[in-house]
Amino acid sequence: MKRSLLPLILLAVTVVGAMGATVARADQQRLVHAERSLYREVLVYDTGDVRCMCFTRNCRVGRQSCIDLRHPDRLVMNYPKMMLGALFVNPRPQSVLIIGLGGGTIPRILRQLLPDTRIDVVEIDPAVERVAGRYFDFKTSDQTRVIESDGRVYVKRALRGTQRYDLIMLDAFDHEYIPEHLLTQEFLEEVKSLLVPGGVLAANTFSSSRLYEHESVTYAKVFEKFFNLKRENRVIVTRLGPLPDREQLRTTAQQFVAAFEKYGFDATDVLPLFTQERDWNPNARVLTDQYSPANLLNLDR
Amino acid sequence: MAVELLGGRLLAPTFGSSIYVWGAIITIFMLALSLGYLAGGRYSMVTPSVRRLGVILTIAALTVVPLLLFANPMLDALSIAVPDPRFGSLLSAFTLFFVPTFFSGMVSPYAVRLLVEDRNSSGRHAGQLYFVSTFGSAAGTLLTSFYLVLLLEVNQILLALMLISAAIGLCAWFVQAPRNEIQ
Repeated sequence: MKRSLLPLILLAVTVVGAMGATVARADQQRLVHAERSLYREVLVYDTGDVRCMCFTRNCRVGRQSCIDLRHPDRLVMNYPKMMLGALFVNPRPQSVLIIGLGGGTIPRILRQLLPDTRIDVVEIDPAVERVAGRYFDFKTSDQTRVIESDGRVYVKRALRGTQRYDLIMLDAFDHEYIPEHLLTQEFLEEVKSLLVPGGVLAANTFSSSRLYEHESVTYAKVFEKFFNLKRENRVIVTRLGPLPDREQLRTTAQQFVAAFEKYGFDATDVLPLFTQERDWNPNARVLTDQYSPANLLNLDR
Repeated sequence: MAVELLGGRLLAPTFGSSIYVWGAIITIFMLALSLGYLAGGRYSMVTPSVRRLGVILTIAALTVVPLLLFANPMLDALSIAVPDPRFGSLLSAFTLFFVPTFFSGMVSPYAVRLLVEDRNSSGRHAGQLYFVSTFGSAAGTLLTSFYLVLLLEVNQILLALMLISAAIGLCAWFVQAPRNEIQ
């Protein structure tokens, strides 16, 4: 009888192993939607309950935007939390400009937090807007507009009009990184001119390569002082005029503790990230329209 | 080709770098080259000389100067005049690049006329000329897009290309002059 036990055990191991494999498969990526646009392929992947928008087939890196399908308000990624930290500098912006829609996470949450605020989102790719609406629960309204345009072209045009913004958020990415013409000193000067006095800028970046140095000196050249919030991404938060001190930030952050709970994070957790420490080489070359090999600088790790 | 690549860079701040901006730039370059070929061929019928080829090269170089000096104000004005990004970039590419590219296009057929001695070798000479010009384009494209943009500003690269063209033009003027007299 003992001899016949061995195959039984082997069988049991195989069955359990197969079951384990089935469970593991639930964590695997499933392609939900793919759409080719003028600029790229817009892909939607589900991994368990988390849905992400990607611009490349290898979605484990380069996720543009994610949503938790069971708890759509819970923020999956860290960078939107840091971007929302811009509200600690100005808690009540009347007008917001966001360059780069992605899945529309940030405008969706800002809409809830600031019901009366005018939100303009500039998105170059109509396919991204379609996918954000269909798969990421993003909605436009009278107060939430999406403008189909290149970010730089929109900013230049807007400067000729009268509209200025209390808060500008830069969040435009292609499949690689931020497009080169949205990284230069001239572009940041234009963005600066589009802010009201005391207006706030939040910029999402994630370079860890040589580009980090160039990017940092370029922001420092245009805005002098800024908060440098770092986690997986680096978010730059700055204001036209003096930056608030730690105590002022804490007081404003307290106003958002209850509101941010809904999104699954503690407002005060973002506070320690507000540092002005300059951890880059100040002699790096400033990026300009004349010198912007940004994506090449990003290649060297 | 190097100028074409840099043209994309010059237009990007005003019109973005969408496919239609590249389309506009490539269209204008091809159009200017094609008309330049025609004009260069026609011009080679009238007392062709290396000196005159030098003059064409020098003019091609000089017509880049306004591009270096006034590209940004010109682009701003044009984008206001023609807000449509497609036709705005087409008009801008025309204004900035048509004239220098036209004169560059004149060079090849004119040089064919100078190189060809008889009908038997004409194909070989034309082949060599195509080889040199297209291979040079490939090298210039690679060098510019992979390396030069890491080192130099767009205008510095344009200036360098302009000086090279002008230098060759001047060489053709001075060096070949006495030899022509001997002939």
